[in-house]
Amino acid sequence: MTEQQYIDLFETYREEIDRNSSDGFNKERQAAFETFGKIGFPTSKLEDYKHSNIARAFDTELGLNLRNIPIPVNPYDAFKCDVPNLSTFVYFLINERYYRKAQNPNSLPDGVFAGSMIDFSQQRPDIFNKYYARIADYSQNGVTAYNTMFAQDGFVLYVPENVVVEKPLQLINILRGGVDLNVNRRLLVIAEKNAQVKLLICDHTVDEVQFVVTQVTEIVAQEGAQVDFYELEENSEKVTRLSSLYAEQKENSCLVTSSITLHNGYTRNNYHFRLLGRYAEAHIGGLAICDKEQHVDNFAFIDHAVPHCTSNELFKYALQEKSTGVFCGKILVEKGAQKTQAYQNNRNLSTSSDAHMYSKPQLEIYADDVKCSHGLTTGQLDEEALFYLQARGIPEAEARMLLMVAFTKDVIDLVRIDTLRERLEYLVNKRFRGELLRCGNCNVADKKWI
Amino acid sequence: MFQIRFFNRLNMSNLLQIKNLHAVVEGKEILKGIDLEVNKGEIHAIMGPNGSGKSTLASVLVGNPKFEVTRGSIIFNGKDMLDMSPEDRAREGLFLSFQYPVEIPGVSMVNFMRAAVNEQRKYRGEEPISANDFLKLMREKRELLGMDSQLVSRSVNEGFSGGEKKRNEIFQMAMLNPLLSILDETDSGLDIDALRIVAAGVNKLHTPDNATIVITHYQRLLDYIQPDVVHVLYKGKIIKTDGPELALELEKKGYDWLINP
Repeated sequence: MTEQQYIDLFETYREEIDRNSSDGFNKERQAAFETFGKIGFPTSKLEDYKHSNIARAFDTELGLNLRNIPIPVNPYDAFKCDVPNLSTFVYFLINERYYRKAQNPNSLPDGVFAGSMIDFSQQRPDIFNKYYARIADYSQNGVTAYNTMFAQDGFVLYVPENVVVEKPLQLINILRGGVDLNVNRRLLVIAEKNAQVKLLICDHTVDEVQFVVTQVTEIVAQEGAQVDFYELEENSEKVTRLSSLYAEQKENSCLVTSSITLHNGYTRNNYHFRLLGRYAEAHIGGLAICDKEQHVDNFAFIDHAVPHCTSNELFKYALQEKSTGVFCGKILVEKGAQKTQAYQNNRNLSTSSDAHMYSKPQLEIYADDVKCSHGLTTGQLDEEALFYLQARGIPEAEARMLLMVAFTKDVIDLVRIDTLRERLEYLVNKRFRGELLRCGNCNVADKKWI
Repeated sequence: MFQIRFFNRLNMSNLLQIKNLHAVVEGKEILKGIDLEVNKGEIHAIMGPNGSGKSTLASVLVGNPKFEVTRGSIIFNGKDMLDMSPEDRAREGLFLSFQYPVEIPGVSMVNFMRAAVNEQRKYRGEEPISANDFLKLMREKRELLGMDSQLVSRSVNEGFSGGEKKRNEIFQMAMLNPLLSILDETDSGLDIDALRIVAAGVNKLHTPDNATIVITHYQRLLDYIQPDVVHVLYKGKIIKTDGPELALELEKKGYDWLINP
């Protein structure tokens, strides 16, 4: 059994794991461990994992840096061109650990915390304990249980009531290691009443070893809060990324998320959104550009628990060569959640007969006065549009490029930071042209995007 | 090839020469031997009943891959078009104003036009246009067609009305300044004011060095764009060629007297 070696490892090194973390993390381990022992990693036998066998990723020799052995890296060197702009806030996680030498000369508004999860759990245990491992329910998800067993650090962004953080923050995840590694990363974003914050997370790989990364993100948007949460993956082909994002939204809150898979190996992104207060809004974007044998699986579950909420999903895949895309979108409208508006769209472009797209919309509606819709298309480039561009003198290859970039436009338009949107358009263009610097360089940071 | 060179030496003003052109679509022959010559400075009108092959002729000229040429030749500006890709034909100076312009969400008019203009310049061995000159060019041509500045900042034809799409075609023509423009039913979907503006635009763009082929059902457009030559296309062949008075005659008598003499 794949799980056994991790169970043994946990039992053997339990004390060391605890010693290199904090009480806040440690108190959750036992329950997570018991759950994991029962349910294990998901395999493709489970309906929701039909096209992604997660257990297989762990069925290999992977190291875990449980003793927090320092990883020699200077992210300011690893990233050729950092943002010299003084008004930016850039943070790093080296594997799962918060990088303590980050230089952010400007201070954030009073009461805002952006930094190590260990620190936060010790400085603000009241808040930490209220949310940590509470929003991310690990009883149903073996990977989340696994992550909770081993998680030792991560990044917290906390914004107190009525505080608006004007400048977007950026967190850069760097994967670094001399041997094949398992990294278990944790993120927590809390926006109290009427708080506003925007966070961009970039994933990068520095070393060409195998990484299996689990990332559990918990987001809370209290009454009237506005949270923008953007993720940009630019990992190497040897990275397996298993991300689970759990979000809870209260009345009148608005959450905008967009995850853009620009380059990857094997990716599974889970999204669990719970709309718990009236007039809450969730806008969820996803874009995957894949070639070679890349694999991107996005699984989105949206729970409309109360009336008058809106959710809007748009997931797009551009598949080339032998790549695989998977999308499953579940929308649950609970009994009594009247006046719900839930829209789901999955649009896919395939330019190769060897590429595969598996898509499954699932709507469960138990209220009778709602507006819900879903749309799903998978196709090739529009030949008429192609000819139209050619007829104006644009060569076929260039015309195809224009149309592929155009295909991604509406997902990128969901991003609510103008400069980031422009940067993404540029990166997508480069990606399709095969000109993207794949690893070791943050393509967002190499221009002043903030 | 010898013949062509010989011909060109004698008649430098010849721009387009179509000889015995046959074309099929989905196995069905639509063009059954077209002969047509267009000289610089001329405006030709091609008229004819529905389904006679007018739009097919336009599509074949610009190299639409849906149509297959089975016989004949198209020589444009001294070059054999049948060997050329649609983009090369365009860069040689052929332009089609589409009967049904395509909507392309996500491609802005600005980017589209910049790409088209620069591809044309590259083909001629010129440097890309400067940002400033490009904006100036856009503004100038937009004003020529009385187009709203918002239209050009939107995606290509997306959400444009029928009239706006047609106006946008002529705007693109103005931007690219082609040697030969083929207007495929540019008048359909235009109200009388829009028709006047579009026709005025076409007339302003007309010079002794370029030429225009106007494909239309109606005399109406020809009141504004006056042709030198009028052809009647029927069942894939040109059955009658005459001066501008032919269009008036067709307006009065229909096509029947030509088809069943």
